[in-house]
Amino acid sequence: MTGDDTFKIGDRVFRSRLMVGTGKYKTNEEMIAALDASGAEIVTVAVRRVNLDRTKESLLDHIDTDKYTLLPNTAACFTADDAVRTSMLAREAMDTDLVKLEVIGDEKTLFPDNEALLVAARILVKEGFTVLPYTTDDPIMARKLEDAGCAAVMPLAAPIGSGLGIRNPYNIRIIMETVSVPVIVDAGVGTASDAAIAMELGCDALLMNTGIAGARDPVRMARAMNCAVEAGRLAYLSGRIPRKLYATASSPLDGLIG
Amino acid sequence: MKLLLNGEEKVLADGISVLDMLNALEIERRGIAVELNREVVPKGRHEETRLKEGDTVEVIRMVGGG
Repeated sequence: MTGDDTFKIGDRVFRSRLMVGTGKYKTNEEMIAALDASGAEIVTVAVRRVNLDRTKESLLDHIDTDKYTLLPNTAACFTADDAVRTSMLAREAMDTDLVKLEVIGDEKTLFPDNEALLVAARILVKEGFTVLPYTTDDPIMARKLEDAGCAAVMPLAAPIGSGLGIRNPYNIRIIMETVSVPVIVDAGVGTASDAAIAMELGCDALLMNTGIAGARDPVRMARAMNCAVEAGRLAYLSGRIPRKLYATASSPLDGLIG
Repeated sequence: MKLLLNGEEKVLADGISVLDMLNALEIERRGIAVELNREVVPKGRHEETRLKEGDTVEVIRMVGGG
């Protein structure tokens, strides 16, 4: 990627447009290799109770916090109150103001509860957090989240872990026209082409976890996603040709033999 | 005294500080956070903050996630 093609979240500047999760890997070694292959600068982590049974190995023993910006999430929070509490704990544990805010509305779809999300977002912005909310692909909701002071919006491509790809590219485009904060497509990416399509739409970045961690060869898939995000971004910046029904010759018609 | 720690009932020394509780449980303080009755206890106050009978304490860390 060209060196000057960067995007900002709050005051922080990033070059890689692929953000990755750290869940579901078979081993920590596999996770570290996949993070490296993905080229990501931002990686998400979750907040959970410490084990009291003396198995105390920490994720932070494995992830180089000088190399990666850690983005704590509030995954599995079903109320605004739980999401706010989890964010406060993450800030204390990680000494970061960043939070990927999730308030889940339903266990089967893991779709966000947008009403509760907005409540939590307003509280956390007031508390000084840099809030990245995971939301449905709803332009009106995206506008409300921006108005609430969120540093980005993270519309879903498809349900978390579904691998269905971008189900509604038109909504993603409208969201990009609606808000001026970065649009980070989050969740539902299944393979490299899904990632490229998201980036070709012009979204600022992409966040994925299962698409990489769940692949048969996660490290290779991380590399594929890295390439796809870069390819999609370059294609977006290059301006694709219009779609036409009929052919246009690419070789000159002058000078034909005959 | 009894208190609720990460959802489990625990018996700890009367008036134990947050810091001594963490030490007793062999929990390293790097990368963790403590919540006492739904309020975060900042690291700088672990030593001075004393627990009492019936408190609800959460100790969290970061794990892999998306």
